Amino acid sequence: MTDIAARTNPSRMDDADAVRRRRRRRSADRRFRFYGLLAIIFGIGMLVVLVSSLVRSGASAFVQTQIRIEIAVPAGAVDPAKPADANYRAMFLDSVYALFPEVTAPPLRRRLLQLFTQDGPFMLRDRVVADPSLIGKTTAMTFPAADMVDQLHKGAIKRSLPPDRRSITDQQIAWYDKLAADGRITSPFNTRLLFGADSRHPEIAGLWGAVAGSFYSLLVCFLLSFPFGIAAAIYLEEFAPRNRWTDLIEVNINNLAAVPSIVVGLLGLAVFINFFGLPRSAPLVGGLVLALMTLPTIIIAGRAAIKAVPPSIREAALGLGASGQQAAWHHILPLAMPGILTGTIIGLARALGETAPLLLVGMNAFITAAPGGILDPATALPTQAYIWADSPERGFVARTSAAIIVLLGFLVLMNALAVWLRKKFERRW
Amino acid sequence: MSYVDGHIAATATPEAAPADAALARGRAGVSVRGPIVKETAKSARDEAPKIKMTASALDVFYGEKQALVGVDLEVIEHQITALIGPSGCGKSTFLSCLNRRNDTIEGCTVRGRVMVDGHNIYDPSVDVVELRRRIGMVFQKPNPFPKSIYDNVAYGPRIHGLAANKGELDEIVHSCLKRTGLLSEVHDRLDEPGTSLSGGQQQRLCIARAIAVSPDVILMDEPCSALDPIATARVEELMEELRGQYTIIIVTHNMQQAARVSQRTAFFHLGTLVECGPTEDIFTSPNDERTQGYITGRFG
Repeated sequence: MTDIAARTNPSRMDDADAVRRRRRRRSADRRFRFYGLLAIIFGIGMLVVLVSSLVRSGASAFVQTQIRIEIAVPAGAVDPAKPADANYRAMFLDSVYALFPEVTAPPLRRRLLQLFTQDGPFMLRDRVVADPSLIGKTTAMTFPAADMVDQLHKGAIKRSLPPDRRSITDQQIAWYDKLAADGRITSPFNTRLLFGADSRHPEIAGLWGAVAGSFYSLLVCFLLSFPFGIAAAIYLEEFAPRNRWTDLIEVNINNLAAVPSIVVGLLGLAVFINFFGLPRSAPLVGGLVLALMTLPTIIIAGRAAIKAVPPSIREAALGLGASGQQAAWHHILPLAMPGILTGTIIGLARALGETAPLLLVGMNAFITAAPGGILDPATALPTQAYIWADSPERGFVARTSAAIIVLLGFLVLMNALAVWLRKKFERRW
Repeated sequence: MSYVDGHIAATATPEAAPADAALARGRAGVSVRGPIVKETAKSARDEAPKIKMTASALDVFYGEKQALVGVDLEVIEHQITALIGPSGCGKSTFLSCLNRRNDTIEGCTVRGRVMVDGHNIYDPSVDVVELRRRIGMVFQKPNPFPKSIYDNVAYGPRIHGLAANKGELDEIVHSCLKRTGLLSEVHDRLDEPGTSLSGGQQQRLCIARAIAVSPDVILMDEPCSALDPIATARVEELMEELRGQYTIIIVTHNMQQAARVSQRTAFFHLGTLVECGPTEDIFTSPNDERTQGYITGRFG
């Protein structure tokens, strides 16, 4: 008895046992903190590696090499009443050949033309249609350089490579050097990457169709999953009796959140497209399958947020004679809203990055016009990155990374919005 | 019946000295702080006491467990009835039966009758929302809505349509805040959140919110247990002022508080109502030895 009392007496801080115990406890504390710090450093390190590798490979896609040439649009060649019908190809070719009058042989001229994007004549047509005052004048215009010139300019194609190992010939490099010496080569910010539609030619391929497709898909997804998710969460949390059926529903909702996305895509293909006959590749169908994936997330987040509202608020409202519905609308929902919105945006951010279900409902089609509505064929940002990653042209390597950077940019924006909404609506008591 | 005895005991003194009563009322009118003079305030009541609520043979079960066993209790209008007893004795359960707050508790079943003005509130035809408007509730921990002070008080009248326009609503809010003594303290910051007030002010705000829907009865579940002594005295004073218009039932762990504020006291033990009678009698000459034991601090 006295022995135990002596050994555990807390006032004896100086005996050897106590000192040893203290030292061990403190070093354990230090180790614990160190492990935590290590985990965070590891996480941040991985993020830095990911982002820096993306930026390194994608940054070059944000500028595009352009070639300036003088285009003559003779007054007689274009009918001002129908400016779209003129022979713009001839005008474009004449202007290009005029740069190098010494090149006359047709095969050489064809090689010269390869320095420019193949869509040059169409771009010229669009510019003249948009601005008829160009008719009858000679104007300096810039056109995107072809992918190989772009890559040469950015240093992705090395001049030191033997000619048979690169797509651009020595002759073409010489022409490029001449154009550069004349000050005709510029590389401005690549607005077409953000605001142009997709193309087989990397130099004019853009993300706008994918951005619009993602927007329409998320709109459909939000309009479906947000109201249904909140209604389900309120019902389950506030009104549903606790019994075997609600337990079953709860388990199923939790499982639904864990269903692999490809399965949801297959379901969308079988039900929405094959059974209901909805159009393929449409943001409507994409939004529907994404809603199937987002709904459980919103229900779970919504229930957690509603559960976090202090019961005293609910009791106060009911004690005043508010009905269950009034208590839910006037008090519980406003207080739960920051949590619900955060959960919703996190769910939508996940839907924005979801690829597999969209592949199955055909949102990986090659579509050169941005969708004008939820029924037009479209791609989405992640499927666009997938398509580009699959394309053989050299220029798509950087563009794939650029598409992912744009996607990550939208994700950061959405998460920032979630943080802002939470801060704005958060109430303390 | 015990309430008859209670009535006689309660009204004996003022009948003997009506002049004192008038004086006391005058003092209450200018709201002089200090100990509440119970007997004098009672003289303001009608001579014949009216029974406001009657619980008869009330059994409450939480699942298998029986929390209340055959409780019979009468509550007299315009009196403060204190429910006392050790923890877990069923006094809060009894209180929650009176406005059917236990409806929302899973597995809770109630047998017996609770009559309010001659109507059984457990009758299927009773609208719970309407019932809770008539029987207000003040909770243990002040629980103002995280809205403005004004909206806290205005919420009840709004949902029950008690005010035809903004002017009437303003009037209700101001008169309720005035009755609880808050108006002078917060009149210039009605837009600020109710949660920014001190604990005692928050509790008075909750009382103002409760009386804004003009209830007949106010139930208070340990309304002062989270307050300091000064705020407690303020709330007790307020209860005394309010009982002229309302019937108040208060659950309290604080026996001094029960002795100070109530006219009648009911002692609960292990789910049964042991004894109910005028507060003076319960605290000076209880009939049951369990009551004696509890109020003298031998258990509880």
